Amino acid sequence: MKITMTVNGAEYVRDVEPRLLLIHLLRDELGLTGSHWGCDTSNCGACVVWLDETPVKSCTVLAVMADGRRVLTVEGLGNGTSLDPVQLGFAQCHGLQCGFCTPGMMLTARWLLNRHPDPSATEVREAISGQICRCTGYENIVRAVLWAAKNGGSE
Amino acid sequence: MTGQEREAHEAGPYGPIPRKEDARFVRGQGTFVDDISMPGMLHGAILRSPVAHARIVSVDVTAAAAHPKVEAVLTGADLAERGLAWMPTLSGDVQAVLATDKVRFQGQELAFVVARDRYAARDALELIAVEYEMLPPLVDARTALAEDAPLVRDDLAGQAGNHIFDWTAGDKAATDAVFSAADVTVGCDMIYPRSHPAPLETCGIVAASDAVTGRLTLWSTSQAPHAHRTLYSLITGLPEHKIRIVSPDLGGGFGNKVPVYPGYLCAVVASMVTGRPVKWVEDRSENLMSTTFARDYHMHGEIAATADGRILGLRARVLADHGAFNATAQPARYPAGFFHIFTGSYDLQAAFCEVTGVYTNKAPGGVAYSCSFRITEAVYLVERLVDMLASKLGIDPAQLRMRNLLRPEQFPYTCATGWQYDSGDYQRALTLALDIAGYDELRREQAERRARGEYMGVGISFFTEGVGAGPRGHMDILGLAMTDGADLRVHPTGKVVLGISVQTQGQGHETTFAQIVAHELGLTPDDVEVVHGDTDRTPFGLGTYGSRSTPVSGAAAVMAARKVRDRARLVAAAMLELSPDDLEWLDGQWRVRGDPDRGAGIAEIAMAAHSSLELPAGVDGHLDASAVYNPPNLTFPFGAYICVTDVDPATGEVKIRRFIAVDDCGVRINPMIVEGQVHRGLADGIGMALMQAIVFDEAGNCLGGSFMDYLLPTALECPSPELGATVTPSPHHPIGAKGIGESATVGSPPAVVNSVVDALAPFGVTHADMPLTPANVWRTIQGRPVRPDLALS
Repeated sequence: MKITMTVNGAEYVRDVEPRLLLIHLLRDELGLTGSHWGCDTSNCGACVVWLDETPVKSCTVLAVMADGRRVLTVEGLGNGTSLDPVQLGFAQCHGLQCGFCTPGMMLTARWLLNRHPDPSATEVREAISGQICRCTGYENIVRAVLWAAKNGGSE
Repeated sequence: MTGQEREAHEAGPYGPIPRKEDARFVRGQGTFVDDISMPGMLHGAILRSPVAHARIVSVDVTAAAAHPKVEAVLTGADLAERGLAWMPTLSGDVQAVLATDKVRFQGQELAFVVARDRYAARDALELIAVEYEMLPPLVDARTALAEDAPLVRDDLAGQAGNHIFDWTAGDKAATDAVFSAADVTVGCDMIYPRSHPAPLETCGIVAASDAVTGRLTLWSTSQAPHAHRTLYSLITGLPEHKIRIVSPDLGGGFGNKVPVYPGYLCAVVASMVTGRPVKWVEDRSENLMSTTFARDYHMHGEIAATADGRILGLRARVLADHGAFNATAQPARYPAGFFHIFTGSYDLQAAFCEVTGVYTNKAPGGVAYSCSFRITEAVYLVERLVDMLASKLGIDPAQLRMRNLLRPEQFPYTCATGWQYDSGDYQRALTLALDIAGYDELRREQAERRARGEYMGVGISFFTEGVGAGPRGHMDILGLAMTDGADLRVHPTGKVVLGISVQTQGQGHETTFAQIVAHELGLTPDDVEVVHGDTDRTPFGLGTYGSRSTPVSGAAAVMAARKVRDRARLVAAAMLELSPDDLEWLDGQWRVRGDPDRGAGIAEIAMAAHSSLELPAGVDGHLDASAVYNPPNLTFPFGAYICVTDVDPATGEVKIRRFIAVDDCGVRINPMIVEGQVHRGLADGIGMALMQAIVFDEAGNCLGGSFMDYLLPTALECPSPELGATVTPSPHHPIGAKGIGESATVGSPPAVVNSVVDALAPFGVTHADMPLTPANVWRTIQGRPVRPDLALS
C-alpha cells in the first residue's frame, strides 16, 4: 500500500506491506533507529513515538495507520540546533543508563510537559507508567522531567 | 577525623560529573545491535519447540526452503554435519544449538531460517513441519531425583538420573555441634523463584563472515566479548585472531548477555553458508522463554542462637533447578556460585551448606540476573532467618542485627566458609539507615496502626556482598582466569585513549573509567577517551558481570596509568635535567621537590617523549602502558536496607511506602552513577519480591513468556528511595573501590519480604515466599499459601 506521512517535519512516500509495523517502517525503512523495539505486546514503551499530537506504541501501530499523519521521533526532539529541555534534563539528572528506553520516555515527558508545564512527581510517574525502564528504578527519570519543567518547561 | 574531614575524605577525589555517553543516547544516536544494517544483510529467525519434552521424529523444511525470500534453512542435522549441533556451556555441560534428538524445554531451538527480510523469515517458520513423540515433562525440581522421574539428559553417556552436582561448604560436624548445643534454633523452607533479567534490549547478533579474508566479525549483545571470541574459536575451530567481536551499545544486560546462545551460533553458520551478513534478534517471548534464567533455589535454612540473641551458626540445604542444560555462568570451581557467603554479616561459630543441582525440562537456568553469583539467594536466606529468630526471641530485628554484626576491628574477617571479608564498618551503616528511617518513630506508628487494625510493616536487611571475581588462583570460567586488562595510549599532546576489557551495558564506564585515569594522570575526564566492547581494540579480559568492572578492570586502568606516570617521571627528569628522585607527584604533575613551581604535567611530558629529547634508559619513546589486574581477593561491599510497607489484608496488595538504602561500596568514583546503580537494584529487588517470577504449569509451559505475564515494576510500584552512604575503602584495591552494580538487587528482596511478613505478624505469619503478589499474600493471610513456582491445577 502506498502511504504518505510526515516524520520529524519531512515528508515520506513509501509503498509498504499492509502488515508492516510503524516501528519497523521507522527503523528499517527510514533508518530512524532512535526508536527502539522491546516487547511486542505494548508493555514496555521503548517504541513510543508521537502520532500527530499523541504518544503511541509504534510496535502496535501499523505503518498504514500513519498514512496522512505526522510522526515525531526522538530524532525530531529539540529544534535542530539545540536540545529539548527534556533531553538536557535526562543528561543532567542521570535519567538514563543503557539508553534503550530513553527516547520513548523523553517523548512521553515532552507530551506531559506540553499539557502540564509544572507536573508533580506523582503526575510524572503516572505519565510514564506505561513504559518500562530496567536501569534507573524511574527515580532519576522523574527528576529529569521535573528538571525540564523548571528549566524550559513546555515548548 | 572530624565530621567535616570525614565527609571530605569520603567524597573522594572524583565527583559526580554528568556522563559522557549521554550525548548520543538523548539524541537517539546510540548504536544497538538491531540498529546495525549492512548491504545484503539477511535476517534469521528461530523455530522453537512448543512443548517441554518430546522426541523429534522428523523435521521437514522443504516448504520453508522453497519460500521465495528464503536463502537458507538450518536444522540440527545440518549443524551436526559441521560438528556444531551441540556447544559447550560455561559450566562444563553441553547445550543443543539446534535440537537433533529431543526437545528438552518449551522454546528450545529447532531450526534457523534465513530470509531477505525479518517478516519473511517469520513467515517461513510457519512452513516447517515437525513431528514430535511426546514425553512426560519433568517440571518440579523436587521430583527430579525420584526413581521414576523422566530422564532429561539421555544424551549424556552414563547419566542415569537428573542429578548434576552435589556441593558443600563449611564444616558440617562443627555446625551440627553448634546446633545441638544452641538454646534456640529456627528453620524454614523458602523458595527463591525463577526470575529473568529481562534487559529492555533482547539478545541479538549481526554475523559477517568474509570468505576471502577468513575474518568473522560479530556485532553481538555480549557482556564478555573477549571470552566470547575465545569460545567461538573453540566451538567453530576458526582461528581466534580472525574473529572480531564488537559489543556495541547494549540495552541492559544484568547477566542475560553473558552466555553464548544458540541463535548467535546459528547466525554465524548462516553467514558462512550464505556468504552474507546475517542478523538475528530475538523477540521478547524468545528472550523470556529461552535465555538464561536466574535463581530457582529451593532452600531449607536454619539458624542457631543463644537465648539472649547471640547468633551462633547457620545451616542450609538447597535444591537448585538448572533446567535442561547446566548453562550457568560462574567461576568453574563454584557450581553454586558464591552461595556459601550465606554466613552473611555476622560473627558465627560455624556454618555449613549443601547444594544439589538437578536437570528439569525448563530453559537452561543459571546465576544470571545481577546476583553476584548467587549471593542474592544467600543474603535472602540469612536475612529471613535472622528476622525469624528475632520474632522467636522477641527481640527487635534491628537490635538483634546490631548485636551480632561484625565489628570494624574484626576485619579482615575470615568467615565460617572461608571467605575473607576485606573491610567493613557495619554498625555505622545500620545506624545511619535507622536514623534516616526514623526507626523508633516507625515502630511507634506501626503499634498505633495495628491497634486500629492496619497492617504496616518495617523490614530490615543487612548484606555483605563479594564482588570483583576474581583471583586467578581459584577463579576461572572455562579455564580462562578472571583477570582484566587495560591499555593506555598517551598521544603526543597528552590526550589519552584507554582500552578496557570490560563492557558497559549502561553502567557508564566511558565516564567512570575516564575519571579514574584522569585523576591518576592529572588530566580531566574529557582528556580520556574510553574504548570498550571491541576485541580488536581492547585488551583481553573476562567482561562485565558480577559487579566486577571497577574492582578488576578499574584496578587495571589504575595500574596502567601508574605505569604511565612512572615512565613520565623518567622523561620529566630528562626534561628538567634532574634525577627522577628529585621529583614528586603533586597535584597532577611531576614537580621538583622543594621547588614545586618547577615541574611538568603529562601533556608536556608526552610531547617531550615523542620529541628529539634524549630519553633515559627504560623509555623507548612514548608513554603508552598496559596492565593486567589479578585481584588478590574479592571486594566486599555492604549495606543496610529498610523497607516500609502497607498491606491491605482484604486484597493482599502490598504498597511500598518508603525504602531506605545505605550502601558502602568503598571509595565512590562517580557518586551520581553509584546512586543510579542503587536505584536500579532496588527496582530489581522490589520487582522480584512483589511480582517477577517465571512460573511453569504441569506440562512445562512457561507462563512468563511476555511482559503481560512476567510483570516488571513500573514507576508506580517503585518508591522514591532514600539513600545514604558510608565509605570504608577496600584495603587491597588500588583506589579503595568496591563494586556496586548488584548490591541493591542482592540486598533489597529480603527487606521487602521481612517488611511484609512483619506487617502480617498479627495473622501469625512467619514467612511468605516471593513473589508477594496480592493473590499470594491473601492466601498466606488465609493460612493457605501455595508454591509460587508452579501453576498446578
